[in-house]
Amino acid sequence: MSAADATAGTTRRPFTGRRVRFGDVVLQLVAGAAALGATVLVGLIVWKLVDGSHLALSKYGLGFVTRVAWNPVVGHELYGAGSFLFGTVITSFFALLLATPFAIGVALFLTELAPRALQAPVTALVETLAAVPSVLIGLWGILVLGPALRTHIEPWLHSALGFIPLFGPPSAAGASIFTAIIVLAIMILPIVASISRELFRGVPSELKEGALALGTTRWEMVRGVVFPYARGGIAAALILGLGRAMGEAIAVTQVIGGGVFIHWSIFSTGDTLGSKIAASYQGASTNLQAASLIYLGLVLLVLSLVANIAAQWIVRRVARRHGVTRGGHA
Amino acid sequence: MSTHDLSGPGLRLDRLPRRRRVNHVMEGFAWLAAAIAIAILGIVVWSVASKGWSELNLDLVTKSPIPFSLTNAPQGLANAFAGTIVIVGLATLMALPVGILVAVYLNEFAPPAIRNGVGLVLDVLAGVPAIVVGIFVFVLLVSGSGQSGIKGAFALAILMLPFVARATIEVLVLVPNSLREASLGLGVPQWRTTLSIVLPRAIGGIVTGTVLAVARVAGETAPLLFTSSVVGTQTHWDPSQALQTIPVAIFELSESADPKDHARAWAAGFILLVFILFASLTARWLATRNARKIAGR
Repeated sequence: MSAADATAGTTRRPFTGRRVRFGDVVLQLVAGAAALGATVLVGLIVWKLVDGSHLALSKYGLGFVTRVAWNPVVGHELYGAGSFLFGTVITSFFALLLATPFAIGVALFLTELAPRALQAPVTALVETLAAVPSVLIGLWGILVLGPALRTHIEPWLHSALGFIPLFGPPSAAGASIFTAIIVLAIMILPIVASISRELFRGVPSELKEGALALGTTRWEMVRGVVFPYARGGIAAALILGLGRAMGEAIAVTQVIGGGVFIHWSIFSTGDTLGSKIAASYQGASTNLQAASLIYLGLVLLVLSLVANIAAQWIVRRVARRHGVTRGGHA
Repeated sequence: MSTHDLSGPGLRLDRLPRRRRVNHVMEGFAWLAAAIAIAILGIVVWSVASKGWSELNLDLVTKSPIPFSLTNAPQGLANAFAGTIVIVGLATLMALPVGILVAVYLNEFAPPAIRNGVGLVLDVLAGVPAIVVGIFVFVLLVSGSGQSGIKGAFALAILMLPFVARATIEVLVLVPNSLREASLGLGVPQWRTTLSIVLPRAIGGIVTGTVLAVARVAGETAPLLFTSSVVGTQTHWDPSQALQTIPVAIFELSESADPKDHARAWAAGFILLVFILFASLTARWLATRNARKIAGR
């Protein structure tokens, strides 16, 4: 339909507000189909992973999730997600623990402390860190960070804190869970920092000024006003960071070293759900092994869906209560 | 909010020196945290740049890799550069129209309940790990019939979709309602108002969002491992066969034991990083300019 048609149509018949226009219906249908497609896609992802893993699902059931085994030798095949689930939980939990204070610190710096001239450049640099591809962080992790940690940091931590089982003897390989934790912490720091910054910005300045007028120091104001006000949002930001750390596969594969065992020392090698899948990309030897790898993907999908939906639920609840704008993209 | 008691002993004047010390420590920590974040970026970028520099030459983008080479003949990663251009281009072609349509539907047509529901779906889709998207496309398309560049592009498009849709919604929201009302009031149908008044006004923001999305997926490895990674060493541009890409090449070279492979990984990484940083900084700069223009201020 050309512009002339549209104009002619409207001049001849005055707008009544009730006439259904063909063009409107078409655009609404096409755009609606796209939205429906995006929704169906999420369902399709879940269904296809269940479908692809049914060989392992029907053979092992839910026992697969906790079993510590990965034996691809034909005739003795036995698979389980236990050690990878353990690796995922331990790496993402410690990464979050390590990254959180720094992320909150960066956010506080940007909202409360930074001179105006520093705010924009520091924000841009922190977000640039989030844009560095994981494969490059992994490349740096395996060739620069890993060797540095093994020769300097790990022996020192082992000798100082070796009585805690977490800090066992450093592995000879250079790859370790510890390196994976640091790499993951680096990757989630900018995400948590930028969401927290948005949240802290949303704290009404009259509340902050009121506290300062009562004679609090700046830190007491942050602890008494900013943190309580942004509490829900920070929880959501941390869960999103955790979800992101659990789902990261590439950088972790490059630095973690692999292995099927539950080991309390973070200086030993290991595997996460994501890294086990990524490391097996060159193919599985049997259908059962392929189905088990897809089952690992299903476990990872469920973990990240739970984390994401929980975070989104908190964000929406907090937004309703405060009328705060949504903090960043998930 | 009111649970924290500001009138407690914490505000006692006789403890002021101690309170000031705590404040200084905390402020110092915040400065330190910002410095560390920037230092990490600096160290990573410097590592990639300094180690990639020596291998950075024309051979890298014009010559194909030589399989099992024991010679010192110059070799490059031309196949990976060609593949990344094809796959990212195709992914953008797939994700861009769908993403814009989703945004148009949500912002211009959908009732609030659907808007919130599909909005949540977009956030959930954005949170699906990239490796899971790779496995999904493997089960859906690759299993049985083999890998191809176009299947890899489809996997990347899934990652781009929520990103493009969110970015488009954010600019559509900025388009003033008075424009829509003026157009509708003149008797222009809603579909024409959307296509010739609202979208042209938002085009700058859509371009920015697309550039950011391209920068993000250009470095993605995980979705391609299972969809377009089993490749030869010849350079070709045919998306019906599996194509090598820069991220997958870096991933493979980083696990090699040969320092010469590492050097090529650093060099390819350097080019990738420069592209991504350039694209994201340009997009950020455009975004701040556009936001003002769209709102008509």
